[in-house]
Amino acid sequence: MKKISLYVHIPFCEKKCFYCDFLSAPASVEEMEYYVNYLLREIREQSLFYGDRQVVSIFFGGGTPSILSSGEIVRILQQIRNCFLLAEDVEITLECNPGTVTSEKLYDYIACGINRLSIGLQSTDDEELARIGRIHDYAAFLKTYSLAREAGFCNINIDLMAGLPGQSAASYMRTLERVTGLHPEHISAYSLILEEGTWLYVNQSSYEFPDEEEDRKMYRLTGERLEEAGFYRYEISNYAREGWECRHNKVYWRRGDYAGFGLGASSMVSNIRWKNPEAQQDYVMCVKRMEDAQECTLAGSAFVKYLCKTGFHEVQVLTREEQMEEFMFLGLRLTEGVDRGEFKRLFGECMDEIYEKPIDKFLSAGLLEQEGERLRLTRRGVDLSNVVFTEFLF
Amino acid sequence: MAAIDQSKIRNFCIVAHIDHGKSTLADRIIEKTGLLTSREMQAQILDNMDLERERGITIKAQTVRIVYQAKDGNEYIFNLIDTPGHVDFNYEVSRSLAACDGAILVVDAAQGIEAQTLANVYLALDHDLDVFPVINKIDLPSADPERVKNEIEDVIGIEAQDAPLISAKNGIGIEEVLEAVVKKIPAPGGSPDNPLQALIFDSVYDSYKGVIVFCRIMEGRVKKGTRIKMMATGAWAEVVEVGYFGAGQFIPCDELTAGMVGYLTASIKNVKDTAVGDTVTDMDRPCEKPLPGYKKVNSMVYCGMYPADGAKYPDLRDALEKLKLNDASLNYEPETSIALGFGFRCGFLGLLHLEIIQERLEREYNLDLVTTAPSVIYRVHKTNGEMIELTNPSNLPDPSEIDYMEEPVVSAEIMVTTEFIGPIMQLCQERRGRYISTEYIEASRALLKYELPLNEIIYDFFDALKSRSRGYASFDYELKGYEQSKLVKLDILINHDEVDALSFIVHADSAYERGRKMCEKLKDEIPRHLFEIPIQAAVGGKIIARETVKAMRKDVLAKCYGGDITRKKKLLEKQKEGKKRMRQVGNVEIPQSAFMSVLKLDDG
Repeated sequence: MKKISLYVHIPFCEKKCFYCDFLSAPASVEEMEYYVNYLLREIREQSLFYGDRQVVSIFFGGGTPSILSSGEIVRILQQIRNCFLLAEDVEITLECNPGTVTSEKLYDYIACGINRLSIGLQSTDDEELARIGRIHDYAAFLKTYSLAREAGFCNINIDLMAGLPGQSAASYMRTLERVTGLHPEHISAYSLILEEGTWLYVNQSSYEFPDEEEDRKMYRLTGERLEEAGFYRYEISNYAREGWECRHNKVYWRRGDYAGFGLGASSMVSNIRWKNPEAQQDYVMCVKRMEDAQECTLAGSAFVKYLCKTGFHEVQVLTREEQMEEFMFLGLRLTEGVDRGEFKRLFGECMDEIYEKPIDKFLSAGLLEQEGERLRLTRRGVDLSNVVFTEFLF
Repeated sequence: MAAIDQSKIRNFCIVAHIDHGKSTLADRIIEKTGLLTSREMQAQILDNMDLERERGITIKAQTVRIVYQAKDGNEYIFNLIDTPGHVDFNYEVSRSLAACDGAILVVDAAQGIEAQTLANVYLALDHDLDVFPVINKIDLPSADPERVKNEIEDVIGIEAQDAPLISAKNGIGIEEVLEAVVKKIPAPGGSPDNPLQALIFDSVYDSYKGVIVFCRIMEGRVKKGTRIKMMATGAWAEVVEVGYFGAGQFIPCDELTAGMVGYLTASIKNVKDTAVGDTVTDMDRPCEKPLPGYKKVNSMVYCGMYPADGAKYPDLRDALEKLKLNDASLNYEPETSIALGFGFRCGFLGLLHLEIIQERLEREYNLDLVTTAPSVIYRVHKTNGEMIELTNPSNLPDPSEIDYMEEPVVSAEIMVTTEFIGPIMQLCQERRGRYISTEYIEASRALLKYELPLNEIIYDFFDALKSRSRGYASFDYELKGYEQSKLVKLDILINHDEVDALSFIVHADSAYERGRKMCEKLKDEIPRHLFEIPIQAAVGGKIIARETVKAMRKDVLAKCYGGDITRKKKLLEKQKEGKKRMRQVGNVEIPQSAFMSVLKLDDG
């Protein structure tokens, strides 16, 4: 049976963090309810196309999905169950922020089948947290974390950030120590990226960011410390204990099919990519048009036409070349790298012929390494991954 | 149309310092004369190139003919000839002035006389124009018309007590200006019965009509079928059409006669044949001698221009050819650079001219350009007695073959408020200026005179002047001549390879400072590579400065949210695109901006 993963976007939060450029904003309970109603309708409509597939993972992302009442989460998940076929071992992740979850909520999550919790911590230093506009302190996180364990979550991810204003390698080290000491199953460790238009970007001159040396140190520490603590890096910025990798995450890198629901959510099914509208009224219109549309099948150009007419954005049928590019630059993000045999199977051509130049160049520069049929980034290659990836674009 | 009474024609221009409201006044005059309704007026009609409007300066002279119903009951024809407002185009200004009989001098009621005011008004007086002043921006809170009137009388020596007080922006006092044009500017002389003698003050190329020649008929007449000859270039042709200038359009008429300003077309294919300042005459009945004042315009500043994408070389060549059609003062010839490949060495009237051409190439012809540091023309006297005019630093002969070198020097006038005299004098000293004099215009303002080497002002002198005087200094210059100087060639080595396009000539005493600053600047411009890159400055093979671009250690884009791969790919593509725009020198990729950024080295 064909497989699919589902992403559900909850564009609400209590307050926008200073670095955040995601589609998210504070909203009233009524607005949230209004949104969820359309979400349910969208799930129903989209399921007409791939409801026969087996759902292997579901991810509630945001914003802060935990800001919704657990009743709303239950409704969404119920709708998914009504419309789709879930695998027995389906991974269901929900992102939450400390301070937005109560014990009751956590028990409700467990009860409705959510089996993985991703907690946005970013740092254990309260001053650092305050500087980037987080709504919680470290103590609030600890409370949430222990409540989650109590409620029965045995698969927890903690999000961390390096390169925060006022952060030092020493304070970051303390964060890593504290977090590994809690024994989560999974850690996502990102570097802060100043995105244009964010509060932090606009006001960057009034902050002191770690200098390059310090930033380098933090970056190196992440790998070293986490590996010492029994985590292994399975993707550029994701670490897990053996067997606890995020399945949903890997679907993106391995180019598995996924459908996104909600404002601005991205989808890729059968090598067609598209995006939901980012403005609420456009999204609402889009859902209504889906309901009014004639029956359509997933196959080929009819589907693409349907997507465009319905008002989805950035509809793109990936050419063979684009599929190859993605295969390379997404696959190489994973520590396991890419498989030449799979490339040949998918595209009927030899990876080494198509990408002779960059492969030779980076093998000899020590940014790529090979083991049998597999090609992957070296340690240094991970550090310079963008340099490598750009050369795999046609 | 009935014959035009020569005594009812007024040919005039407006002269002013930049920003004193010349173009705005021109707009109001056109508006008031009723040729156009207010609704049809687009702001600043005369500056019709986008670039001009954006920069608020006039580059190419524009001309318009308007009809004014004067208070004396007569109808007058006004030919308003707009003049370029920048020192680079001094010669064009002088030819436009020669086409006029009078000039309106616009002076800002708050700022008073500035350096360009003086330069332009003297130029107008040199051409025997009747100049009358108007005081603009009188509605500004800081306006002080009485002070400005006295200043005009004291400094320029022209009558100013009854100068119209106006606000061009708000349409105040325009009527008064128009009446003054009628009363104070003389009607043109000349006789339609004399042999044809017409002054070319501009020309543009039109793909249908060929070259359109803008001229002032001094003597005689010209109409369709007249066989004309350009006296300096020797080119000749048969006139296809004559006419005058509506606002933004050419309006054909039967004949142009003495005193009139208009255009003619004669299927001339090359603007080179219709040089500004040349005299047009009738082949069959030529005038005795050409009008005075014609000179061949010489380029003052040279630089290399290269297509960012080497494959676009033919496009650049075509674009330069087309621009040249409209701009006889642009010169170019092919050259090659090791770093930049095939391109052109182009000659310009000045730095502004250079910037304008560069921007036009980029905007109108959609070309991505790499421009090398501008250079002036050095005279290199070799030991064998030969003298070469050097426009490209890379062509400097071996030092052993050089006896001595000369560089161009300009006489500069800087108008500045007294509080900034110190910093400006310091700037001029730093730029190897030779102090000539200080004249106090009034208690708070002075005119500084300096002689400066041209190569010291073509870089960032104007920016430095503005920043050190908080925008209050104004500046004007003219070429004085050549002087012997101790000059050396500064070479830049990137990863031990000499980059020819970055070499430039500099005075020996500032070589070290320049070299150091260039290395610093390049260090910021050149992105990190997988290896360390030394950047060195050298004079005659001796390293005088060094910086290092450290090896790249980290380039990771970690975040990927909710499977938005498209966004991720766009970022990678952008990075790849940025790489494409780099120049490969050895195994180092140098961004195009690096070649230009080295021009702004002043940290005043």
